[in-house]
Parts: sequence; C-alpha cells; structure tokens
Amino acid sequence: MKVLKLIFKNALRHKLRTTLTIVGIAIAVIAFGLLRTVVTIWDSSVDATMANRLITRQSVSFIFPLPYSYKEKIESVPGVSKVTFQNWFGGTYIDKNNFFARLAVDPATMFDVYPEFILSKDELNNFKKQRNACVIGEDIAKQYKIKLGDIMTLDGDIFPGRWDFVVRGIYKGKNKNTDKTQMFFQWDYVNERMKTEMPGRENEVGWYVVQVANPNKSAEISNQIDALFKNSTAETKTETERAFAQGFVSASGAIISAMNVMSFVIIGIIMLVLANTMIMSARERTREYAVFKTLGFSRLHLTGLIFGESMLISCLGGGIGLFLTFPIVAGFEQAMPKGFFPFFFIEPITVVLAVTATILVGVISAIFPIHKALNTKIVDGFRYVG
Amino acid sequence: MAAIIQVKNLFKSYWRNNLEIPVLHDLTLEVEEGEFLALMGPSGSGKTTLLNLIAGIDRPTRGEVNVVGTDIAKLGESALAKWRSSNVGFVFQFYNLIPVLTAFENVELPLLLTKLSKAERKKHVETALSIVGLGDRMSHYPKQLSGGQEQRVAIARAIVTDPSLLVADEPTGDLDRKSAEEILILMDRLNKEFKKTIVMVTHDPHAAQKASRQLHLEKGDLV
Repeated sequence: MKVLKLIFKNALRHKLRTTLTIVGIAIAVIAFGLLRTVVTIWDSSVDATMANRLITRQSVSFIFPLPYSYKEKIESVPGVSKVTFQNWFGGTYIDKNNFFARLAVDPATMFDVYPEFILSKDELNNFKKQRNACVIGEDIAKQYKIKLGDIMTLDGDIFPGRWDFVVRGIYKGKNKNTDKTQMFFQWDYVNERMKTEMPGRENEVGWYVVQVANPNKSAEISNQIDALFKNSTAETKTETERAFAQGFVSASGAIISAMNVMSFVIIGIIMLVLANTMIMSARERTREYAVFKTLGFSRLHLTGLIFGESMLISCLGGGIGLFLTFPIVAGFEQAMPKGFFPFFFIEPITVVLAVTATILVGVISAIFPIHKALNTKIVDGFRYVG
Repeated sequence: MAAIIQVKNLFKSYWRNNLEIPVLHDLTLEVEEGEFLALMGPSGSGKTTLLNLIAGIDRPTRGEVNVVGTDIAKLGESALAKWRSSNVGFVFQFYNLIPVLTAFENVELPLLLTKLSKAERKKHVETALSIVGLGDRMSHYPKQLSGGQEQRVAIARAIVTDPSLLVADEPTGDLDRKSAEEILILMDRLNKEFKKTIVMVTHDPHAAQKASRQLHLEKGDLV
C-alpha cells in the first residue's frame, strides 16, 4: 500500500460528496471554456485585421453611405497604395437565421487589398467577368453544400428585390482566424439596379478600405484623407481597420466584458466549493492526522496526503470538464444561428487557462486544510470530537 | 535490569484563558525494561498526560524525559517523529484505525516509513496479525470487525515495527468484559513472551492487576 492508494481511498471516502465536487468542477471548467471561447473568438475578429489597412467611413456612422466619387481623391493621397470599397448588403439567404456577411465589392481591387482571402486566378477572372457573379467563403460552401456554378438567391432588404448570384469562386483563408463565411458580389451590379429601381441611391458605397504602403504613417494619412472631405455633405472618419473592428466589438463590449469576468468568477466559486470540501474532509480526519503523526509520519507526508487528494479531485473534475468542453462548444456552435460566429474553435490559450485554473484550484483549496492539519498538536487532535 | 524510562522533575501545565493549570508536579519515575506498569488514578489526575509525555506525543513544560536512552524533551519535531516510529507502539482506547484501510493496510502503515521491501512488509504484517489472532481477518475493514478485533488490529499495528516500548491508554475502556479480558491476556503475553515494556493507563483495577507494578496518580502527583 502506498501513499497514492491512500489518497485515492481518502478521496472516495464520501463518494457522493466527491462526485458532486468533481461534477461541479467539470461544469465550471466547461462554462469557463465556453465563455472564454466566445470572448477570444470575439476578440480575434480584431486580431485578424491588417496593420496596413485603413477604413474610411461616414463621420457620423458607418451606416450612412459615402459618394463613389471619393475613390479617386483618396487614391491621390500620398502613401495610399490601393483603395477598394464595400457596401453592406444585408438580405436573407433562404432563411433569416442564415447569418453571414454579404458585401457588394469592387472585384478589381478587393482581393488585392485582402490577400488573406485566397482565390484562384481562374475563379477571380470569372468573378470579374460576370456581372452577377459572386464569391463565397469555403465555410459557406460547406455549410450550404454550394458548388461553383450554383445560383444563390438573396431576398434584399436594404437593397430590396430578388437577387440571383452565380457562384464563380470559393475562397480559402490564409490564416486560421480568417473569416471564411463571407459572400462578395459586384458593386457595379447592385449599383446598376439601384439606378433603375431606386434612383437617388446610386453611386453610394458603404466604406472605403485604404491600403497604405507604410503602416507607421497611418495616422498622418488618415488625417489627410479626412481633410479632403472637411465641410462636405459627407465628412469622413478614417481609422485603422483594427480601430474600426474594435468599434464593432465595443458595441457588445459590456456583454463581452461581463462574460470575461464571469468566466473567472466561476473559477473562483468552484475554488470555494473544493476548498470547503477539503476543509470538511480535513476536519473529519483530525484524529486520523493525529494518528499519522503519532506513528511517525512527517509534515511532508501529511502535506502530500491532503495536497494529493485536493489535486486528484481538482484534476479529475478539470480533466472531465476539459474533455467535454470540445463537444459542448461544437454543440453550442450548432445551436447558434448559422454563421453567427465566422469561426468557432477552442483556442490553445483557453485550454492552457483551463488547465492552469484547475491546478490553481487544487493548490489553493489544499492550503488551509494543510495549515490546520500541520498546526494541530497530536494531543489536541486526539481530543477532537467530529 | 536497566531503566528504559527515566522521568526527572517532570512538570507539565496547560494554559487556559491566560491561566496556567498545572497537571503534573515535579514528577520523578523510573520504569525498568520488560516491566508492565499500570498507571491508575481518577479523571484529571494527569495519567494520560504522563503517558503522552513518555510516548513523545506531548512536550513537558520542564524536566527530563529519558526514554530508550534518548532525552526526548530535547528532540525537534521531525526527530521526535522518527524516534516514535522506531521506539514506541501506541494502543488507544478508541483504537484509532484508519477506516478506509483494511486490517492489513492499517498494520502496514508504520512500516511505510521504513526501508523494508513490499515482501518484507507483508511478512511483518502477517506475523503481527497472527500474534494477535487475526491472521484470517487481514482483508477486513475496521467497520467489519468487532471492537475487540479492532483493538487487536491496533495492537498489531503497535508491535509491527518491534518497538521496545508499548504505551496503552485505556485499551479496554471501550470493550465488553470478554473482549477486555482477551486484550489483557494479549498484552500480558506481549510483555512476558515478547519482552515488551508496557505502560498502560487504566481506570479498571482488574486490568491493572495484570501489570507487574501499579502506580497511582492524584492531582499530578504519584501517591
């Protein structure tokens, strides 16, 4: 019989209590993993931005359009290497729950400014050639089982009407966090229909994406662009793509912050639960610790027994929790509206944090019982009535 | 015979609410090797305190406690723990077995601190359990044993390291007459056959009769 066996036997002494504690830790780790995944995925949309891209939008809000005529003026600013533009299209694909970004873009410049969207030359040429062509991310293609040549019909809202697009390209992502759930089609095609169907809404773009040669001069270039349109009917606000993305995220910032805090609060709560279990166990065993000391077991032995039991319970709960986090996160993604998150996976940092939290919970929960067991005199231990 | 226990001018007091409560007053005592000593006295007389001091599980306020050739009052905590593990076997009134361990595992506990191999430990444990007549109860847990059997397992645990001194605090106090008699016979055998020096605290005059010498304590003094 070894100390390890005794640790196991001690941990299983109150099977129900230990099981409930392990289940509690497992649930806490699952909740932690899920919340952290949502928070990190949310933040990674900011991380996916490029330092050499600026966004020029209407100064009041990006929901107000800018004139198409600004393109040439922006291109003339020193340091600007390329300009493209986009319009948020909205609309519905089959069902309102099918959420993914649909953007009217400039096919001539779009994929130069966004090199992380990888499209073959042939597909790009086909996209450019056909007015009602579209390019979709490979995740969209997989999700809706769409292949090249298929028709995607959108029911427009911001741009009313029925819109039929022919899939001429399926782009891949350069990085793991590249959004592969977007749909791009020609701005010209949308603009043509606006001219005939909704006069007055033609030649409008949602925002410009400005590629700069030197990211260190972003602030200077931004000021120069905005100065061009000062006192016009559509003043601009130019900022880095990162700041623009952060603006989107900050709209949900309070919720994300709350989730972030909650994920750690959960770990704190479960630490108290395990600490309580360990304190109860140690108190019940006060006489036994006195026996161990009497028999000659050292402080190190007692520390090992209590610490081992705390770590065993914590690691069992944490391990089960972490193991279940993967299918539960996958299930959560399935339960969300399709495409709600452009990508959804457990980041390695989330696993590292969960493992660290599990170990910390085990260590901290053992401190008080160890202190109590070591500092109780043998004779006082024998007098203890549990 | 040489004295295995030499207690000189032993004084022990406890503090309660800033008040010093003396328990033993300058007590002097010698116990010879191979002796079976019964310590008797009313509750609060200090007999358990004296036993604890001799066994090295409590420390004197002042005075000398020389046991098996060591002045244990001068030992540090870890040295004292080591000394206890190799020199003293303990028998308690309420057996104090570990409930999640079998009889075998309970008896094996003190041997885990030695360098014995698994096979050697097994041999020692089986010998100790057969001495107390529980060779057939090795895989039983304490809750599956009677009080008398539990106490015999506790005695096996006390003798498994072959200590020269056994201390027993009311070993029959929680047992029926028959079981108590069996325990006393076993202790007598350990003393006579295995030459163990035994210091036993008891209220029971019948139990004390088994001892070769009886000492009475009253209010911290030997009378």
